[in-house]
Order: sequence, then structure tokens, then C-alpha cells
Amino acid sequence: MREVAVIGVGMTKVGQHFDKALRDLFVDAALKAFDDAGNPNIDALYVGNMVAGEAIGQSNLGAYLADYLGVKVPAFHIESACSSGGAAFILGVLGVMSGYFDTVLVGGVEKLTEYPTQTTTLHLAGAAEQEYEVYFGASFTSLNAMIMRYYMHKFNVPREYFAEWPVMMHENATKNPYAQLRFKTTIEKVLSSPIIADPLTLFDCSPTGDGAAAVIITTVENAKKITDTIVKVAGFGMGVDSISLAMRNELTTLAASVNASRKAYKMAKIEPKDVDVAEIHDAFSIMAILAIEDLGFSEKGKGAIDLHDGKYAKDGDIALNPSGGLKARGHPVGATGVYQIAEITLQLRGDAGEMQVPDAEIGLAQNIGGSGSSITVSILKRER
Amino acid sequence: MSVPKYWREIPYRFRLEGGTCKDCGKSFIPYRYVCPYCGSRNIERTTMPRTGKVVTYSILYVFPKGFKKQAPYAVALVELDNGARVVSQLTDCDFDEIKIGMRVEAIFRRITEDGKDGIIKYGYKFRPIFQNKEKH
Repeated sequence: MREVAVIGVGMTKVGQHFDKALRDLFVDAALKAFDDAGNPNIDALYVGNMVAGEAIGQSNLGAYLADYLGVKVPAFHIESACSSGGAAFILGVLGVMSGYFDTVLVGGVEKLTEYPTQTTTLHLAGAAEQEYEVYFGASFTSLNAMIMRYYMHKFNVPREYFAEWPVMMHENATKNPYAQLRFKTTIEKVLSSPIIADPLTLFDCSPTGDGAAAVIITTVENAKKITDTIVKVAGFGMGVDSISLAMRNELTTLAASVNASRKAYKMAKIEPKDVDVAEIHDAFSIMAILAIEDLGFSEKGKGAIDLHDGKYAKDGDIALNPSGGLKARGHPVGATGVYQIAEITLQLRGDAGEMQVPDAEIGLAQNIGGSGSSITVSILKRER
Repeated sequence: MSVPKYWREIPYRFRLEGGTCKDCGKSFIPYRYVCPYCGSRNIERTTMPRTGKVVTYSILYVFPKGFKKQAPYAVALVELDNGARVVSQLTDCDFDEIKIGMRVEAIFRRITEDGKDGIIKYGYKFRPIFQNKEKH
């Protein structure tokens, strides 16, 4: 198997892009990635997207976006709800690793602000089990809220501890030019914001936004011809669990996250403590806490306590979501996993501007689809 | 919603029918061809018990389309007495009465309507059992 590297990244600001169509957002991010990589020829296109078929009626996204990008190469559309971007990245990497393609573009794009919130909520609820969760009135947020309540009950963790996560993310996002929510908040504001699904309040939840991100990947051999700073794909894994919360053996561990990360760590020959910077899938505060634990940064049941005790504060052992995460960078669903890869790449290159984590060498991206049903973990490593 | 899509789920949603794995003994709703716990294809059609307990719950203030009339309402993950787990609404109780571990029973209720002219959707919801005859 060939070694693979990321040689170019591009992102649009996450937000309400009323003036831009899905195709415009995608092409904008993809052209930036092309320019960043020195405009190589690509052999294939991989696109992560969740709701375009339902929301804007456009299916066949591979060909559609290849057309607007002006590249008539093999093009694939990958959908696994909110982890579509992370899954597209893994498939793109496999395409290059295998030797079938040499250079590919992996992009993610989502357009969520075209319709009223309730309609978008309905589209996004497709990530859950339609016939036996959504049918009975469960929202996607309420499934996460149920996990959070169970967690608080089982580990006796106060609700306030969870509110520290959004505060940290909003702080981080003030330094990210691509972030949707670039303002600070406080624990009091998080706790007193409107309740969405008790115990989750508005400020525990990632916002709805449009966005696109793209990365170009090629062999390490090719990468060495154009740069001295190689951002190598050191490991990756994907885990799958039951689509429905009712079928989980355990509510406070996302088995898919454990399985995906174990695989990625083993492949990269590293341990959780070796990670310098991580972008984790904090769609809701509780998901951040579960990620911290399931990825091996904190012990089970200790994630929120470690957060409260300052383990993940600035100058800690590991920098979590310097971008602001889903919470404040934003969560353009099918694009989120690709944003994470782009952000980690910038960190390892030392090009992350105000977000830069000093001398980051190993970075990890964790992308969750559904309430833990599809999870990808990718590990990137800088080599000079 | 299409009529067959609604009709074929009736046994599971109205009567709590499902499957029990003849190899590992675990039960689930709806029926499925392969046991999600042990992979066996040896699945018997069974009817679930109508009583169980609340594993966890949430109160929804922002709700999906079609649930406006009921909001705010409670949704729970309920473990039935044979171990099968389902997600549905809790009804006939005040929010502050709801506790993790609370005993509940399934009742047949209207879930929502598919617009003005569409299907009226029915299924199970759960309510507390206030007079609990036997202790579990």
C-alpha cells in the first residue's frame, strides 16, 4: 500500500450563503484547494453530502459537481449523515493508497439555510431511525439529550460542567476566519439559553449553516516533489453501530468511536497521548464529552470533570477544536468532516494563523454520523 | 406518507410485535431477519410485554414537523420487561413526575397526522404505572 499525503486545502466561511448555490460553495472551496496544492491534475473526485437530494432535489452529485468544477473525472458521492465528509476522505485515501488513482480531490458541501428550520430539522432527522424514533416524535437533538441525561445520572456529573464546552469553543472560534459563530459566550448564557430538548439548551447545540471544504490528496512520493512539509495520512478507521439508540448495549460509550479510533491509532502506531491537536465532532456538548473519553483522552465518566478541572484548557497536553468545532466553527453536515481534515492539515503545516497550536505534529479528526451510528477517525502526521 | 409504508408497520407499532432470537434470547422491535446481538437468523415472531421502565428521557421544546399540538412533550427510551428497548413519548404525567427507572406501561395513542388530508398515525406511547402491584 502506498503512503498518502494531503497537499492542498480550501474552505468557505460557514454561514448563511443566500447568494451562493451548492455548486458555487463547492467550487469555491475546491478551487482554493487546487491553488493551495499548486493546481495538480486530479484523477477522481469524492464528495460528502447528506441532504442535497432531499433539500434541493439534486442527486447525482458526483457528476454534478465534477461538471461545475470543470473536471470530467470519475466522481463519487458518499453519504453517511454528518460523517459523510469523514467517510469521503477515507475512501479518497483508499483510492490513492491502492494505486488506482494518484491524486484525488475530496470535498464536502452542504446547504442548510434555504428552508425554514423545521424543514431542515426534518431533513437532518434522516440521520436517525425514521420508522421507530422519528415517527414517535423524537428529534435528533432529543436523542442526544437522552444520552446526556443518562450520562449525568450514571456518572453524577453536574449539568453546569457541560456548559464549559461551548464557552471554550466560542472563544476558539473568535480566532477562526472561517467560523460561523465568532463571538464569546459565558456559562450563564449557555445555561439560560432556550431549552431545545432538556437538558440540552440552544448553546449546547451546533448551529445550522452552509459551507464547503476540500482537500487534495496524493502519494507521499508526489508530495515530496512540491513541498518539504509532508502532512501524511498516518491512520484511519471507521466504526458502525446501531442506527437506533434503543438497540445500543451502552449509552455512554459510542462503540463506533472506540472501534474507529483503535483502528486508526494502531495503523498510525501511536497512542492517544501522542495526539497534539484534535478536531472532534461536538454537534452537542455531550458528544464532545463522549468523544474525549472514547478517543482515549479522558477515562470513561471523567471527560466533563477533566474539562472542568482545566485538562483541556490552553497550554494543556492536547488542543481540542482550535477551530471552534461544530459548536462555533459551524456544522455544514456533509462538509464538516472535510473541514476537520483541512484544519488539522493547516495546524500540522504551521499555517493555522491565530488558531495555531505551537509545533503540532500529530493531529486527529473525529466525525460522527447519526447519534453515534457511523464514526470516522483519521490521524495526520507531519514529516519534514 | 404512502399507505403501504404505514400499513406494514402496524403489527409492531400497534401491538408491540417484534422478534426474539432463539439463540441468544434477546428481543427487539420491529421484527428483523438477523439478530443484531449475535447474528443468528433464527428469529421468532413474538409480542413484547407492555410494561417496562424509563432508561432515560428528554423534554422537547423544539419539535419535529407535525408535533406542534403536543409540544412541549416528553420522549423516553423505555426498557420493556423482556429487555427489548423502544423510543416513544411519555404521556399522562407531569414532567416533574418523570424519573429514570420509573415503571411505565404501553398505551395505544394517536401519534400525529400527516397533514390535513393524510393518514392519522397511531402507535404506542407510555404512561406511568402508579399502582404497581408487583416489585421488580
